[in-house]
Amino acid sequence: MCRSSAWLAALLVFSSSSLAGTPWQSLGAPLTDREISSWDIDVRPDGQGLPPGKGSVEEGQAIYDAQCASCHGTFGESNDYIALTGGIGTLTTSSPQRTVASKLDYATTLWDYINRAMPFPHSKSLSVDEVYAVTAYVLNLGEILPMDATLDEKSLPLVEMPNRKGYTQAHGFMTADGKPDVQAKACMQDCAAEVTVTSELPAGFTEEMYGDIRTHFRALAGMTTLQATAAKPLAETVRKSPAELAATHGCLTCHGVDQAIVGPAFKAIAERYADTPDAEALLAAKVRAGGSGVWGSAMMPAQTGIPAADLAEVLAWLLAGAHTK
Amino acid sequence: MDKSKIPQGRLISAPVLDRTAPPGARRAFLRGLAGASAALAGGAAAAGFTPGEPLPVPDSMKRLGKPVAAQPYSQPSPHEANVIRRQSPGLTRTNESSIAFTPLQNLFGIITPSGLHFERDHAGVPDLDPHQHLLALHGLVARAKRYTMEDILRMPSVSRVHFLECGANTGMEWGNAAVPTVQFTHGMLSCAEYTGVLLSTLLEDVGFDAKRARFLLAEGADGAALTRTIPLAMALDDAMIVYGQNGEMLRPENGYPLRLFVPGVQGVSSVKWLRRIEVGDQPWHTREETLHYSDLLPDGKSRQFTWIQEAKSVITSPSGGMTLLDKGGYYEITGLAWSGRGSIKRVDVSVDGGRSWKTATLQNPVMRKALTRFRFDWVWDGSPALLQSRCIDDTGYVQPSIKQLREVRGTRSIYHNNAVQTWQVTASGEVRNVQV
Repeated sequence: MCRSSAWLAALLVFSSSSLAGTPWQSLGAPLTDREISSWDIDVRPDGQGLPPGKGSVEEGQAIYDAQCASCHGTFGESNDYIALTGGIGTLTTSSPQRTVASKLDYATTLWDYINRAMPFPHSKSLSVDEVYAVTAYVLNLGEILPMDATLDEKSLPLVEMPNRKGYTQAHGFMTADGKPDVQAKACMQDCAAEVTVTSELPAGFTEEMYGDIRTHFRALAGMTTLQATAAKPLAETVRKSPAELAATHGCLTCHGVDQAIVGPAFKAIAERYADTPDAEALLAAKVRAGGSGVWGSAMMPAQTGIPAADLAEVLAWLLAGAHTK
Repeated sequence: MDKSKIPQGRLISAPVLDRTAPPGARRAFLRGLAGASAALAGGAAAAGFTPGEPLPVPDSMKRLGKPVAAQPYSQPSPHEANVIRRQSPGLTRTNESSIAFTPLQNLFGIITPSGLHFERDHAGVPDLDPHQHLLALHGLVARAKRYTMEDILRMPSVSRVHFLECGANTGMEWGNAAVPTVQFTHGMLSCAEYTGVLLSTLLEDVGFDAKRARFLLAEGADGAALTRTIPLAMALDDAMIVYGQNGEMLRPENGYPLRLFVPGVQGVSSVKWLRRIEVGDQPWHTREETLHYSDLLPDGKSRQFTWIQEAKSVITSPSGGMTLLDKGGYYEITGLAWSGRGSIKRVDVSVDGGRSWKTATLQNPVMRKALTRFRFDWVWDGSPALLQSRCIDDTGYVQPSIKQLREVRGTRSIYHNNAVQTWQVTASGEVRNVQV
């Protein structure tokens, strides 16, 4: 922290002069006012950032019914997504309803959020006037604005939300050195006379909601009975291409596709045996037996370990020209 | 302790399946395994050998494996298919504004693999082209600027290991035990090495107005254009703009190509897909710091701007959903501890629901605002147990119980539940999420 405080002090000195430069000052480019205004969409409680425009409750209803009601409900009451209305006075109860009407402290936040993120699948599709209108209608549904109300950049910040004074910043969570609200002690012995379980999951809940929870653990090392009773076969391996089979069985260690290595290139073999009848059977026998002399003195070891099906597939591909694409 | 005198807790090994055998033979093998494993000790049948007989030489030693770079970007072994992020059933209404939890029960050490980092999106994951992406910095500054990704990659960089925890992590547990595993109780938590540029470096570059500036607004380039107010003091302390995570670029779901990262602060402040920072003199009261991400108290007031994530710990093994296969024997208790106010000084473990505690071993490295791994040797005597961990950070703060938290905050505040977690071990070895 000491180091960062010093850094902060140094920054304050440097930043007080607009002429101060950094070695990386050439990186980046000046942002013009026109560029800023095209991106700067945020709105503050004091109205800073609100663009000129206006919209009425009545205009808002038509837009809301078409674009918002399917999720939020005809009267903004649907709790399936986020309820917009109702719940005023419930925040002190055991079933608080956190709605726009009951919890929001500033109407500007509603405008800002509709403008930046709504309607859900097509955000930023509403015009400025439409955002004012939908904002007015939602506030009317919440019984905060009358039916005949119209909102603009001047009137919106003046709307008094029911929960205007419902927030507090008197807590220790705003800074790393803030005072915690709970002071626990690290007792080591005889810390409680009796310990009782006060809450557990109802029988059958986990199975109904999450299925077989054992599949959420690594079968190998988990302390789980999973693989002893329910090991599932893994997905079948994808069938390899002939070129991959040739690699797997070590053919490509000595034979290149295009170029000779220790043995001849596959494409050279294909050319030599192009007109030979039963070339595949002939070559299969040569691969199995091994030998030398046809292409030079280097010895090809007998390849007995390649499954017949794989060998046939590789040879058919080779004789067809050993094309890799 | 002398482990040689202790019966070892049994972990059944995975069966060795012959992948080339026809499916019918494989099923027969599995049927045999299911019957045999109950009778044979030590998982020998599961591992495909008979004790005392010659051990089989595996086929893998008789043939070539796959060539190098068979996968240009490697994937985990198919045997790890259970180790995945998951959504909690019924928690959210859409898959775009939702949460995927990190499988903490399956992870080692402190670094979260990038593909398993928890994910919280508000309007889905945008597909951003780094060649097109711009960061705008304006407001109370001498020189408003825009930066391309190329500009940002050329600036002086730092790499730091930090945890990231959603403010709502463990939020489902305020009133009662609600979810079965540590993935869902604590899995909105990850830790990675982040690489980027200190925000102070950028603020210096634009010459912020030190007399008037108090807050920043950070905005994402996603469909929600998510915005959060950041206090200037945090921006100048250790906040970063981040492009690297665990040595590679950010994953799309974690903000590719650029995100804000505010260490020790609830995750929503680390705005993903960062496109704009505005310097101002007042907080913005955005939707994500009023309607949501504010902590409702019993008197109806909501705490606003509850940025800091207080010290918290949880045992990740044994944890809910596991079964201790041997009644009695040695089990390592291990878990994670972290604090948004600094570093972890100590972790204590209780196996009797908090009646008595013993201090666990901390695994190095122990870093500020990063996950710390702890370990504790436990010989289970086979009787029911209640496992807990409790951490203390370098401010002296002691992780509280859920009862202590409820006395102050009630049960409706959703966010910042950093209570001690209890895992009940039944006599049959089942591990369950409970509260005491």
